[in-house]
This record gives sequence, C-alpha cells and structure tokens, in this order.
Amino acid sequence: MSTIRTLLLRDLAQLLPGARKGNTLLPLLFFLAVAMLYPFAVGPSPNVLAATGGGVIWVAALLAAILPLDRLLSPDLENGFFDQWALRGIAEEVVVAVRLLAHWLSFGPFLMLAALPASALLGIDAATLQTVELGLLAGTPGLAAIGIIIAAVTVGLRSGGAALSGLLVIPLAVPLLVFGAGSLSTGGEGGIALTAAISLVLVAIAPFAGGAAIRAAREG
Amino acid sequence: MEASRLIVDDLACRRGERLLFRGLSLNLDAGAACHVTGANGTGKSSLIRILAGLLRPYAGTVERAGSVALIDQSLALDEHLPLGRALAFWAGLDGAVDAANLETLGLADLLDVPVRYLSTGQRKRAALARLLGQNAQIWLLDEPLNGLDRDAVAMVQTLVAQHVAGGGIAVVASHQQIAVPGMAVLHLPDFTRELVR
Repeated sequence: MSTIRTLLLRDLAQLLPGARKGNTLLPLLFFLAVAMLYPFAVGPSPNVLAATGGGVIWVAALLAAILPLDRLLSPDLENGFFDQWALRGIAEEVVVAVRLLAHWLSFGPFLMLAALPASALLGIDAATLQTVELGLLAGTPGLAAIGIIIAAVTVGLRSGGAALSGLLVIPLAVPLLVFGAGSLSTGGEGGIALTAAISLVLVAIAPFAGGAAIRAAREG
Repeated sequence: MEASRLIVDDLACRRGERLLFRGLSLNLDAGAACHVTGANGTGKSSLIRILAGLLRPYAGTVERAGSVALIDQSLALDEHLPLGRALAFWAGLDGAVDAANLETLGLADLLDVPVRYLSTGQRKRAALARLLGQNAQIWLLDEPLNGLDRDAVAMVQTLVAQHVAGGGIAVVASHQQIAVPGMAVLHLPDFTRELVR
C-alpha cells in the first residue's frame, strides 16, 4: 500500500498541472484555446455553435488527453526506473495502473472544470452542459487509458513513435467519441452509460497491455 | 537472513544476430565476489542484465536467492529534483535512507543540488547511495568506477569488500582494475571474433 502511495505521489508531482517538469499546463490551455478559437473559425451563429459545441469539447478533450503522451512512460524506461522497480518486485502492471490514475487526475477533473467556461464560449445551454459534464466524467478515464496504452506500446520506439501514436489514437478513440459525443444529440443516458462501459473496459486492460508492452520494450 | 546464492548454468546470450557468449557457468555463494572483464561489446552489460533478470538469456538458467540491486548506466533518479528528494523517493520504497551512507559517499553537501547538475562522478556516487539504501544481498554493478576519482574508486572497493564480508554477493563488470580480496575474475572472450575466424 505504501508502495502505491509513494509511486502515486511521485507521478502526481510530475503530471499535475503546474508541476515543475514539462508543460503540464499545456493540455488545459489547449482545451480552452480550442473552445475560444472555434467560434472564430465557424462563425458566431448561435445555432451552429450550440449544435456542434458539445462535439468540439469532446474532440478537444481527446487531444488534451494525448498531448503529454511522450512523457507518460518513456522517460522512466530510459532512465532505468522500470528496471529498478522490477528488481524490487514491483510489477509493471502496478506502476502503469498508478500512472493511469495520476494521468487521469492530471487532466480529467480539470477538463470538467474548464468545460464550464468553454460551454459559455460555445453558447451551450445548461441541459447540454450537464450531458457534456456527465459524458466527460464517464469518458475521460477511457481517454486516459488510451493515452497510457499508446504511450506503452510506443515506449521503445525512438523515432516514428509520434506517427504511430497518432495512428493508434484513431481506432481506439472512435468508440468513446461515438457514444460520448453521441449522447449529446440523443440527449440520452444510454450514450453516457455506453461511454462509461467502454471506459471501464479500457481502464481494465490498460495496466496489463501497458505492463506487457514495457516488458517487451525492455527486452529489445 | 536467508543465505544468498547466484547460480548460472550454461548461459548464452544473443543480441540481434550475434552470439555474445555461450556456455557460461558461474556459482556464487554468500560472500563471493566476481569481476567480469572483457573487451567492449563482449557482453558484460548484457550478462549483468541477465543476472538481474531484466534480459532473457538465449539459453541457460539463472537461479537467484536473495534480493538484487543494480547499478548501470541509467541513474533512475529524477533529473529535475534536488538529489535529496530524488533519493527520498527510493528511500520511500526501500526504507529509511541512512545519513551515514551519504556522508561516506561525499553527497551530504549536494542534497540541494538538482540531479541534472551533478557531474559524472557525483552521479555514480548518487547511484551508490540508492544501492546502499536498498540493503540488497546481491549487488550487480555495471561499470561502477566510470568517472570516479581515485578516492572514490578506493571507497567503492571498500564498500564492495564490506558487502562481501557481510555475506553478500557482488558481481562487478568493469574494464578497470578493482581490488577486492578474494574476488574471482571472469573473462568474457571476444567470442564473435573467434567465430568469424
């Protein structure tokens, strides 16, 4: 238990917005920037904005979740942290699960907060905002899991990792966006429930997929 | 404390298309030390990683009894953190950090310095501090003397000698001389060259 706490505290110190290392504020600012710029791009017509704004929040959330991909796992593999954890009998799965939690904590709740000003900028009404917030609550863990899985799969690739990450995001993120953003047009809880189900599946497989990928990368 | 052992039987290591060594056997009981020598590229680092269980051998078995600590090229300390806090992370996993160790290693004055500002030799000392904090029975050291000054080399030799005298096992891969009483030498032949011939 204290192992998990020690790992989580280190991860949070590195990933939470405002942490010293890296551009931890970037996903949040990126999310707000998209919400701010979108009306300029499609025009200020309230009808268009209200109809498409929720979807834009979802796409912005997805992109914000995968922005820190390259520093989620690979620095720790290169610097020998995973070797040292393995020697101490700390399984890669545990490390990845903790990292997944830290990754979600570092953007999920903040995106849900940032969705409030974003919805104002996009002219989204209160009922839609509620669906968006519930959808984000259900979907962001899945987005975090996608980020972790991709970071783990591309962890050993020195070049070309970015291109592969971009390709891998598309099929993995489609179901979440279909049901997450789709819940906006149907206004239904069914979409959110399905989003939550997909999230759960992704969160459940992420530690094992990630652990296996990291062990494979170490052998290389 | 259970007696530590490290038994290697008929080990072979292949990296890519090249067979680095084969038929390597080693039997280290508690209190044994082994110096692995050999030219660059003969598989010293690979052997250390296989012994640590981080690399799968191409053939053969490794049997370990006892906890393992490793020093290799990667420091496994957060570069942006002050040394004290970077070491405190491992102390949190391994148990309390021993201030006397830091004094021995000459790191006591460097605890406020971010890891990325440390010199090569200071980084090696920091890795040794992590190693000592782990209290492991089997030490696997890959080039631990690189970048160390003469005093520090003597200190590492003393540390290894003390560890071995205390019933530990040490395997040191280094192209430098290392003087530890009773240390066996394992020379990795330049197998690839022989094969070509």
